[in-house]
Parts: sequence; C-alpha cells; structure tokens
Amino acid sequence: MTRYILRRILQAIPLLFIISVVFFVLMRNMGDPLATMGGRSITRASDRERLARQLGLDKPVLLQYLYWLVGNDWAKVDLDGDGIAESNGTRQGVLRGDFGTSLVNRGVPVVQVIWDRLPNTLILMVPSEILIIVLSLIVGMYSALRQYSLMDHAVTTLSFVGYSMPIFFIALLSMYIFAVNFKRWGLPYLPTVGMFDPQVGKTFGQVSLHMILPIFSLSFISLASYSRYIRGTMLEVLSQDYIRTARAKGLPRREIILVHALKNASLPIVTVVGLDLPTLLAGAIVTERIFAWPGMGRLFLDHLSRGDAPVVMGILMMVSFAVVAFQLITDITYAWLDPRIRFE
Amino acid sequence: MSQTLSLSPSATPRPLDELEAPPLSLGELTWRRFRRHKLALAGILVLALLFIYSFGGAFLYTEAYSNFTETGLRLQAPSAAHPFGTDTIGRDILARTIYGGQISLMIGLTAVVLETIVGILIGAAAGYYGGWLDSLLMRFTEAVFTIPQIFLLLVMAKFFSGRVPNITLSGRTFSGSVVVIIVIIGLTSWPYLARIVRAEFLSIKENEFILAARATGTGSWQIIFGHILPNSVAPIVVTATLGVANAILSEAYISFLGLGVQPPTATWGNMLEGAYNYIATAPWLWVFPGTLIVLTVLSTNFVGDGLRDALDPRSRTM
Repeated sequence: MTRYILRRILQAIPLLFIISVVFFVLMRNMGDPLATMGGRSITRASDRERLARQLGLDKPVLLQYLYWLVGNDWAKVDLDGDGIAESNGTRQGVLRGDFGTSLVNRGVPVVQVIWDRLPNTLILMVPSEILIIVLSLIVGMYSALRQYSLMDHAVTTLSFVGYSMPIFFIALLSMYIFAVNFKRWGLPYLPTVGMFDPQVGKTFGQVSLHMILPIFSLSFISLASYSRYIRGTMLEVLSQDYIRTARAKGLPRREIILVHALKNASLPIVTVVGLDLPTLLAGAIVTERIFAWPGMGRLFLDHLSRGDAPVVMGILMMVSFAVVAFQLITDITYAWLDPRIRFE
Repeated sequence: MSQTLSLSPSATPRPLDELEAPPLSLGELTWRRFRRHKLALAGILVLALLFIYSFGGAFLYTEAYSNFTETGLRLQAPSAAHPFGTDTIGRDILARTIYGGQISLMIGLTAVVLETIVGILIGAAAGYYGGWLDSLLMRFTEAVFTIPQIFLLLVMAKFFSGRVPNITLSGRTFSGSVVVIIVIIGLTSWPYLARIVRAEFLSIKENEFILAARATGTGSWQIIFGHILPNSVAPIVVTATLGVANAILSEAYISFLGLGVQPPTATWGNMLEGAYNYIATAPWLWVFPGTLIVLTVLSTNFVGDGLRDALDPRSRTM
C-alpha cells in the first residue's frame, strides 16, 4: 500500500512539472505588462528597455522559467536596468513557496493575493460538496427503492435536464425566480450580489443568506448526475445475493437499506466526488462572476483579463496541485474502504 | 433464402424450412436498437428542428439584420416586430439566435471532429505500439486531462486573443476568435477519447486476426486503420456524440465569460454575456439563447445515451 502511494506521488511530480512548463509557455502572450507602466502615457521605448531588463523580461524563456521555479537569489539581477547584473535577486522561487509579486496589485505577494480570496471560495465549495453527496445519496436511494414510480420518473427526467444545463443558465434562472420574482410577488427574497450587505456588515447571517443561491447553482448539475449514478449503483446492489440473505434472515428493512445496501452503493461515489473537483472549480468561476462573489474564480478572471501572469500562474499551479492531490487521496480512500482491492 | 447468401462462393441453396434473416451490418443493427429508445428519437427530432431553425432561418433574416444596431430600440420586450425582443444595443434577438445557432452548432461539430482526429491518432499510436511511446503519450494525456478544461480554455483563449484576423467565407465575415475557439476546444477535449481508443486498441490488438494480418505482411498503419479501428468504432461514436454537447457547453462558458467568440459575431454563449446585469428588467436577454443551449445539449445527450445503449457490445442480440 505504501509502495503504491509512493509510486503515485513520484508519478505526480513530473506531471506537475509538465503542467507548469505548459502554462508558463502559454503565459508568454498574456498581454504586455510594460505597456501600462508609463503612467498616463504610453511607455517610452527607452523606458521599455530599462523596465524589461529590471523585471527580467528580456531573458530567454527557459531562464525565466528557471528563475520562476527556483528563484534568482543565487544569481545576479539587473536592478537598475543598465544591462549589467550587479545585485542579488530576491525571489526564492516556487519550489520554496515564493510565487512572486502581482503585477496588478503592485508589490503584493501572490500568495497573499490568493490567500485573501481563497476562504471565500472554500465557503462556497465545501458546503456544496457536502450538499451534493448527502442529497444525491438520499435522492438516488429513494429513486432506486421506488423504481418506475412517478417520483422515479420525475427525478430521472429532472436529472437529465439538470445535467444538460450550463451552470450560468441555472444561476440566472434561480436568480430570476428566487430573487426577482419573489420580490415582485412580495415574498421574502434572496440576495444575489456579493457576500454580504455592506450596510449590515459581514455577519454570519448575512453571509449564509448570500450563500444560498450560489451554492444551489453550483450543486444542481452535480446533484443531477450523481443521483442518477447512485440510483444505478443502488439498483445493482439491491439485486445482489447478500441483500436477499439479509432479507431472508429477517433483518428490518431500514437496516438492510441503510447499513448493507447503501454502504456498498456509495463506494463508487468516493471516486466520482474526488474527480469532480475540477468541475466544481469551473462552476465556481462562472458562479462567482454572476453573483459577484469575491472568490478565487473571480480573482482568476480579473487577473487573467489584465494579464497578471504571476497571480494566474499561482492559481493554476494551486489548482493543478489540488486536483492531483485529490486524485491521490481518492484512490487511497477507495482502496482503504474496499478490501477487495489489493495494490501491489 | 438463397439470395442472401449468394456473396459467398460456397453458398448452397437452403431448404425452405431453414428460413434465416439476412445478417445485419453494424449500422443496421444499431439503428434497429436505437429505434427502441423513444427519448433518443425525440432527441434526433429536436436536433433536426434546431438545425432547420438555425440554417433555414437564414432565409428569413439576413446577417446584416442580426448585427443591425438601433440603440433607440434597446431592451424592448418581445413584440410583434421583434418576437424575441431586442438586446442592449438594439439588435433583434431572434435573428441573433438564428445566426448564433449557426456559429454555436458549427463550433460544436467542428471541435468534435478535431478532437476525434487528435484523440484517435494519439490513442492508436499509444495503444498499438506500446512501450516508451505509450508511456510518453499517456503522461502527456494525463497532464492535459488533469487540468480542469475551463482553465486551459481561458488561458489559451487569452493567449490567442487578438492574434487571429477575421475570416471571410462565402461572403460572411467571421471573427477570428471562432477558429480559435474551435481549435482550443478540440485541443483540450481529446484526452478522454484518447484513453478510450487506447483501451480499445489494447484489447483488440490481442486478437488472432491481427496476428494473421501481421503475418501476411500488412503494414502497421494499414492494420490500425483497416482492421483495428473499424472494430472500435462504437465507443468512439458515443464519445464523439457526447463530445458535441460538451463542446457546445464549453463554447457557451467561455463566450459567457467574455473570452470566447467576440462580438459582433453572435453565438448563444456571448448573447448571455452581461445578461445578469439586466436580470430584473430584461429576462428575454438570456431566456431565449439559454433555452436553445439547454435544448441542444439535452437532445444531444439523449442521442448519445441512446447510441451508447444501441452499441453496447454486451448485448449484441436484438
């Protein structure tokens, strides 16, 4: 088991390197950070050269990647832009945790920029994930137990429709129904913008109220597809022999379903949930845009459109690392939960 | 009946009490089993209607009309003159959904063609040759697969933004971003297909008829394209069909975020851009394009599911 984990970790490292190289190359045409450094006027040509030398942008790509990866405090950099490298660099490189400073928020370390916004996204994503798991288990289970009933057909159709909707459509639809129309009809309505009402302040109640619609939009699609999946695995499990044995033994129905059937049926969901992290992140980008939620997705969009390469690289590497780590955790959890799997 | 077996030289006329239906080709068998799925048939019908709407609607409105801005008429509710209303700068939404549909559907189909070609080439090479080529290609596939597609799409869209000029095809001008979108969607969706193709190749490669082909001196690529690939068509077709839905959704996502197809070329996705600002005052801005996207993706999913059931190798009998 430990050898398997070690092997996976060793495989993950070159994967992350390849990903970082691919993204670094793609970052080259992110827009011209030097164009706006002239203040109100366009940067002069002589200033451009000087700034390029100062920021290290005139070096070859591979050297820039090396500096990004391991820093330049072991090399000399040209801080005054005259072409002669004389001072020691100050960056420590990604491998030591230094992602550089943001080009848009001048001088603020990338790690801090991301760290400011990361909790907001986690507030959305973690409850969504929990909601998805719990609700899809319940709905899938109910649908499997009452197979071919009206409820089952309704759930299946709704799942299909929900699965085909783009997330912004769900967000807009829920916004329209629960916020706009509820307000028109005089019902208590849900807020749609931001994380809290600035007049009331960032209280727990405010944040929870503002959280409802974004979480609903984020979870709906995954809920639709997982409840179908759970329904399928549940039906498969219910036709197994050991369920028949349990029924023959006279176990109460509730125990059969909740203890024996559900445990076995929910095992595949571990894999699916673990691999669904990218989808949730993608959904977060769009949802945060629509609901003006100050999270990492909006950070990514804002800084991408303004060509802030360090922040974008930081977010991308973090996301890739999270995805790889989640895949590993999922595999290990699945192997741990299912004793039938033996890894060499 | 004897006429069905006349292709084989050793055919003998069968006695009448041994009636046999002619052997069905894969296409015929699939169609017969596909016919049983009512939802899948409904899906095909809806897709056909959507195609007629998008491409036939060009006879009702010209493209110039769909880009015709009349800011005095901005944000008008659906009326007789503008059945779907007008958008924020006064363009007719019905005409824009027609031409937007053409672009969205074309992007979906073309991106899938690109994705299928790349996926088949990489999967075939990895599956057939094996060894270090397989390891190398699979590492690369895994790297592309790990990154969430939308991040790759956004970064690549920014990379190409502003670099590709407008194209003029058959009298219509397309924004260069259309080609960019097709290429980047195709280049980010192939890993899933490549893995499936590789798995199929690994299993089919072990058959004896492949050994026989190699023994008679058939070239490698001839074996790949002439023998193995026709036998692995089923999962490729299913994945490609579901890939169309994914491509249309991806295009909608990045156009919605503003990095996709640039205006004035309309697509269903970029018609939704900024619609959330007018959610209370002008719901027709997003209802119509959004519903069209949902209908397209829904029917494509139905068709894909129906195809998957029809092509399921585990139940080859009728």
